[in-house]
This record gives sequence, C-alpha cells and structure tokens, in this order.
Amino acid sequence: MINYLIFFLTLASIYAVLSLGLNIQWGYAGILNIGIGAFFAVGAYASAIVTTPDSTNYIGGFGAPFIVGAIVAMALAGLLAFLVGLVTVTLRSDYLAIATIGISEIVRLVLKNEAWLTNGVRGIAGIPDPWLAGSPLTFLILLVLVLALVFWISDRAYRAPWGRVLRAIREDEPATMAAGKNVLSFRLQAFVLGSMVMGLAGALYAHFVGFISPEAFQPEFATFIVWVMLIAGGSGNTRGAILGAFAIWGIWSGTEILTSNVLPPDWITRASALRLLLIGVLLQIILLARPEGLLPEQPPRPIDPDKPSRWRIRG
Amino acid sequence: MTDFLQLIFYGIVSGSILALGAVGVSLTFGILRFANFAHGDLMTIGAYFAFTLGITLGLPFWLGFVVACGATALTAVVTDKLVFRKLRRRPPVILLISSFGIALIFRSLIQLVWGSNQLVYRQGIQRPVAFAGLNLRPDQITIVLGAVVLVLGLHLFLQYTKTGKAMRAMADNVDLAKVTGIDTERVVTWTWILGAIMACAAGVFLGLDTQINPVMGWRVLLPIFSATILGGIGSPYGAIAGGLVLGLASELSTLFISPEYKAAVAFAILVAMLIVRPTGLFGGR
Repeated sequence: MINYLIFFLTLASIYAVLSLGLNIQWGYAGILNIGIGAFFAVGAYASAIVTTPDSTNYIGGFGAPFIVGAIVAMALAGLLAFLVGLVTVTLRSDYLAIATIGISEIVRLVLKNEAWLTNGVRGIAGIPDPWLAGSPLTFLILLVLVLALVFWISDRAYRAPWGRVLRAIREDEPATMAAGKNVLSFRLQAFVLGSMVMGLAGALYAHFVGFISPEAFQPEFATFIVWVMLIAGGSGNTRGAILGAFAIWGIWSGTEILTSNVLPPDWITRASALRLLLIGVLLQIILLARPEGLLPEQPPRPIDPDKPSRWRIRG
Repeated sequence: MTDFLQLIFYGIVSGSILALGAVGVSLTFGILRFANFAHGDLMTIGAYFAFTLGITLGLPFWLGFVVACGATALTAVVTDKLVFRKLRRRPPVILLISSFGIALIFRSLIQLVWGSNQLVYRQGIQRPVAFAGLNLRPDQITIVLGAVVLVLGLHLFLQYTKTGKAMRAMADNVDLAKVTGIDTERVVTWTWILGAIMACAAGVFLGLDTQINPVMGWRVLLPIFSATILGGIGSPYGAIAGGLVLGLASELSTLFISPEYKAAVAFAILVAMLIVRPTGLFGGR
C-alpha cells in the first residue's frame, strides 16, 4: 500500500512538473502547445542516452550522472522549442498548435526509426537511479525538491515584470506592442522555458521508470492528460497547475482500480478506452461549467491608486 | 519512368483522400474560426459506420456508404449542439482545445464499440488493372472518381444553392452576413453536415486504400492540416489543391527518403509554407 502511494505520488509529481511547464506557455502567454509529448520524449531520451552505460545497439556510453542528463534534457527540449518557435511565434495560435502536432509526429517517427540513436521500438533500458543507493522513496524526495524549485521559479516569474508582460501579450497583443515590448521575443522565451520544464519532466520520468520506449509517449498520456490537468486546476495559477495534476492523476488511477475490480474480465482491454473517454468528457464539463478551473488565476493586485501613499503627488 | 508515373498515381489517390479531409477542415474553419482537431477522428467514425453497415449488416457497399455519411453528419451536428455551440462565445482557442478533447472522446468510443483491431472492407488482394504499364487497383480508381464527384457536388452546392451562398457570405464576413438576415446557426449546422460528409468519404476511402483502425484519422490529421494551410486556411477550393499537392509530394518523396518519413514531408511543407507564405498558395485567412 505504501509502495503504491509512493508510486502514485511520484507519477503525479512528474505530471505536476509537466503541468507547470504548460502553464508557463498556455497559462501565462496563451501559447497553444499540442505537442507536449514531443518535448517530454526528447527530454527523456536525451537524459537516457547521456546517462546509460555503453551499448552496441545505439549511440551512447557516456555514463554521465543524473544532473548532466537533466541539463542536457532541458537544453535539447529548449533547442527544439526554439527552432519551432522561430517559425511559428509570429503566426496565430492555431498555426502553432498545428506545428506542435507536426513536431510530435516527427519526434515519434525518429524515436521509432532511428535505431542507432534511440534503439528504435526496443527502447532504452537500464537508465540509472539518480542516487547511488536509491529507493523509490529517495527518488520521490528528489522529485518533490525539483517540483518545489520549478514551482518557486515559475511563481516568481509570474509575479515579476516578465510574467506581467506575458499576461499583457495574452490579453492584448497590439497594446503590449504599443507599449514598446518585443512581443515575439517574450513569446519565444515563454515557449522555450516551458518546453525546457517539459524536458526536465521527461528526464525525471526516464530515471524513475528506468526503461523508455516510443510506446511511453502516446499523445493521450503525454499531451492530452496534461492539458486536462492544467485546465482543471486553473490555467495561469501555479498552485492550480499542481493541484490539477494530482487531482486528475488521482481520478485516472482511481478509475484504474475501479475498472480492474468491477468490470468483467473480457472488458479489461477496453477499460483503458473507457477511462480516456471519462477524462475527455471531464474536460468538456470543465470547459463548459468552470472554465477558470479549481483555482482560478489570481494576478497580483495592482497598487490601489486611492490608498494614500507617501510617493503620491497630491494635487 | 513507369515507376514515376505509378507514384504519381498513388499520389493522386492519397491526394484525393487528403483533399476531402482538408475541405472539411477548411469549411469548419471558415465559418467557426477554429482548427477542428476532431476532424481526423470524425473520418474514422465514418469509416467504422460504413464497415458496420456494409460488412457487418451486409448492405450494398454504396448504400452503406451513403447512410454512414448521414450518420457521421448527425454525429457532428449533435457534438456541435452539445459542446461547440455553447463555447462559441468564447475565444476560438477554447474551441480548439475542446475539439482536441472531442477527438479523444471519438477515438475512445470507437475502441469501446469496435475494439482496436485492424479491419478491412475487403478480404484478400484485389487484382490490379494494367493500364499503360501502370498497376491500378479498382478501389483506387473508385477513390479518385468518388472524390471528383463529391468535390463537384460541393462546388455546385456552394455556388448555386441559397445555403451555399450564405455559407460563403458568412465565411467572408460574419457581421455583414448577419445584417443581411442570414440565419447563422442554420449555416453552422449546414457547415457541420457538409464537413462531416466529406470527412466520412475521406475516412471510407482511406479505409478502402489501406485498412481501418481507431487511429487512422488521427494519423492523417497532420497532412490534412498541412494541406489546409497550403491551400489557404478557410478556402475550400485551395484545400482541394493543397490536398493533391501534399499527396503527390509525399508519394514522390519516397524516391529520395525512407517511406517511414512520409509524414515528415507533410510537416516540412507546412513549415516551408509558414515561413514563406502563411496565407496559403491562393491567399486565405
């Protein structure tokens, strides 16, 4: 039971990191990324290749420590986002959404077909634990520390002038441009930063499960569920992003227990489709009934102009 | 040379399928102003409906096809009434996210009802017809002819019926269309019906060309979107040209690169278009 709890919390925390990454893109800057799985997969594979021992089947043998893997994962995911962003930030959000679908398709094809790089469909095994003598519990502790760090940085960024510019772009792009802000540069920054966080989540995932293959990065679990998490939790709200990840992952895991006990055996194979259906319907209900999510966005309150202040010039 | 012509033929076949899909995306985009991510899965639904009617129930295939298109149109209209209609006052991106969810709902329902195995409309291999040294499968000829008939039908509908004219007016300018007394909700319903019929045909043709599985529509969504953008998003005529160009380009690409990367060609064309001419070859929105 305690093992299951640790397992649950670990996966939920990884999803929370993903959800925070998407929050920087969608919640702050209104950037539509439908290819989360691509950045997640690039991060996972980058870290796996860098940290695993030598293999005759695919490139690698660097045997680097986890921290190097995580940095490479973030760098590559960020680079990918930078390249896609260069082409698409100037365009309307629909185009970016379509381009990110393209990126996830390309990444999927490369993972499957370029065996020299990724070992193809057989995947990469033996990805080491970050600690020398690690246990699931020590991994969870590391993960919670990383999650806290990502949370702190993105919450700080939200309140900073940087986050304010992003919110302004999201609400009124021409006005922000008129205020002299380089809109394109800010959007690109948000897209790259969010994707780097997703790459980091990928690295964490790879080191947690120890084995990755292209199958692990299906759009349903790597992209769709993250969107539901962020929208359910409250896009734009860092606490909401984390709450949404835990809540939706709770529902997902809860329904797994339910379907494996309640449904007749010949329905088990279809249970996964039934649970995805439930999550899909849940998204529609949230969008219709509570679009702001469980914890709505709370932008920092502007300073009250009527409040007497010693800085105020009295007329 | 014969190999080259053979690839051209395959390109026209897959181009016809993509064109039918892209027309639907373009129609819904023109009227509702959002990229419908559920369009690929609507195609899949059409393909499965036709399978149940034509193969399981044993109706004549063409009758099953027509009824399946009706059922697909009904699915699209009901989805619109239940979800999209209520989100229409929100920013279009919310509709896009919602359609992404609808896509998954469709796919899950298909897996629940039909399972996830591959299905085929026809057992065994069809004997190809030799024509000028080319191998043409009868099904593939059917696909091309079917696409031509449907596109012609759509053209006549858009040009000569009152509803078609209203649709074009609304795609040009919603406010102006409202001022002239066009019932916009009715036009929206018709847009879904037409888009879904095209989607169903694209799905059935894709099933005829290859086989039927729950992710068939999702897998072609990227080339369909690329074709739509290539033709100018929101322009149904451009979408037809875009579909053909994309089908030809991805078949001909197999001369140079591994066929595994056919989908990457769609993406490369998309990126090139976005850089050079994001409004599409023929100017869209």
